[in-house]
Amino acid sequence: MNTTDGVLDRAKMTAQRKVQSTIPVQQQVRAAHLMDRAKRRLGMSEQLVFSETPIPDAADVPLTELDVSNPFLFRQGKWHSYFRRLRDEAPVHYLADSPFGPFWSITRYEDIRAVDLDPDVFSAEPRIILGHAPINVEMFIAMDPPKHDVQRKAVQGVVAPRNLKEMESLIRERVQEVLDGLPTDRPFDWVERVSKEITARMLATLLDFPYEERHKLPYWSDAISGTAEATGGTTDQDLFYTAIGDLARSFMALWHDKAARRERGETGFDLITLMQSSEDIKDLIHRPLEFLGNLTLLIVGGNDTTRNSMSGSVLALHQNPDQLEKLKANPSLIPNMVSETIRWQTPLAYMRRVAKQDVHFGGQFIRKGDKVVMWYASGNRDERQFEDPDAFVIDRPNARNHMSFGFGVHRCMGNRLAEMQLRILWEEILARFDRIEVIGEPTYVQSNFVKGYESMTVQVTPKAQ
Amino acid sequence: MATVTFVEHDGTVHQVDHDEDGSLMEIATNHAVPGIEGDCGGEAACGTCHVIVTDEWAGTVGPRTGREQQMLEMSPECEANSRLACQVAVSSAMDGLKVRLPEFQM
Repeated sequence: MNTTDGVLDRAKMTAQRKVQSTIPVQQQVRAAHLMDRAKRRLGMSEQLVFSETPIPDAADVPLTELDVSNPFLFRQGKWHSYFRRLRDEAPVHYLADSPFGPFWSITRYEDIRAVDLDPDVFSAEPRIILGHAPINVEMFIAMDPPKHDVQRKAVQGVVAPRNLKEMESLIRERVQEVLDGLPTDRPFDWVERVSKEITARMLATLLDFPYEERHKLPYWSDAISGTAEATGGTTDQDLFYTAIGDLARSFMALWHDKAARRERGETGFDLITLMQSSEDIKDLIHRPLEFLGNLTLLIVGGNDTTRNSMSGSVLALHQNPDQLEKLKANPSLIPNMVSETIRWQTPLAYMRRVAKQDVHFGGQFIRKGDKVVMWYASGNRDERQFEDPDAFVIDRPNARNHMSFGFGVHRCMGNRLAEMQLRILWEEILARFDRIEVIGEPTYVQSNFVKGYESMTVQVTPKAQ
Repeated sequence: MATVTFVEHDGTVHQVDHDEDGSLMEIATNHAVPGIEGDCGGEAACGTCHVIVTDEWAGTVGPRTGREQQMLEMSPECEANSRLACQVAVSSAMDGLKVRLPEFQM
């Protein structure tokens, strides 16, 4: 980033903070969009565009130049060897130059856990993705204690185990509907028909979002988490602003609608109602950037993660038919298979921190202000923690020790919901299908953050009656 | 040989005889006590080994640490005597220790 750009950016942040309480959120999104467009026209900033080229083998790259921020690393299957080399040769690794600026990579299980557990030194602020966000929304995943604790506590009840228990039969019904509607006589896209559909239905329910418009939720989620500047994705900036503007408009309307219904005495146990009944955040609507941030967090957090684990479980069991047979012979292994899937898939590859002070860590000197990336995808394949880590073993004894949910105060709030959705999905799959065959290769998302699938063609074989 | 008693939320009692010095979480998971998960392996990092120490043992077991506090506060079932079992060191001298389990782990 050049100096003028830096100054402008800081001015933008200060201005955003000042106006956040007075200007409606849609206008703020629009203003940020116009600002970015103007900067692009004036040649002051360029949109990052990534074009795919074959990634060299890890062994052929000088260690200091090994770049794990390449958004094609997962798609090209190079991530195993890149992260293995970092774990073995430079577990706390500094890359001086990347499209996202310089950053440290932490790649061993124990080191990642240590960073995650030290929010006093490694701050989650201002954001947890490697790159630059087009608009500075505020979300509690990217806040440090104590502010984080207040906002999280206000909403976590909706996915607390007690509430989930009551939702189990509803989740099961929705999963059954989706599975019963699948064609058995021809191939179809599992991502579109199952993984996306089930997560959208659940998210619409949790948010009390209009059910018939539920497909907007994964659309927004993908568009918002997928800008090139943020994660190396394919969303261009205009699309980003359109999506986040739509999201803002919809949820402002939903918030006011819920408030009116609450006044008429309607009750609910959805996220919006919970926010409105919390003393600490009932006025969130008057802090638009926080409002937008926390909703974006819940939508993105509840989307990519579960969706890609659902697709990942089908792929892993297709590639490991012995494990599928083991599962069919002993369905009580489903919960452990779910944990093993979440380890094996690691749907979000990392979380980012920023050093709040100079610190010696793992034999390296990390300076105040440096970006530090905890690569969960690597920790979950660390030979020091997991035996034969690349193998998919549904009865792996320590599968639950995976780090896909993170550790410490930011540990995934929706972990039990995610596990429950995956468990129910497989209980219902085993009741219906003999096998799910993946045809050809799935296509992978372009991103250094989301480790997931765009599409996966499958053919299901119903169980013999 | 010492005994630890775990009482599940529904009242089911699990009495574990052990002769190892270790954390309460390790004793529970080594003896397959249901409802204690220990996802992070014992680093007070996940909050899935929450127990509530009975009043008569609270003094002996001692108070929770700062990091434990942060994790436990996120649980709606956190009580004054709540601890993370992985941070409770059990010795054979603590014969008769009794703890309750919450209804759910985080």
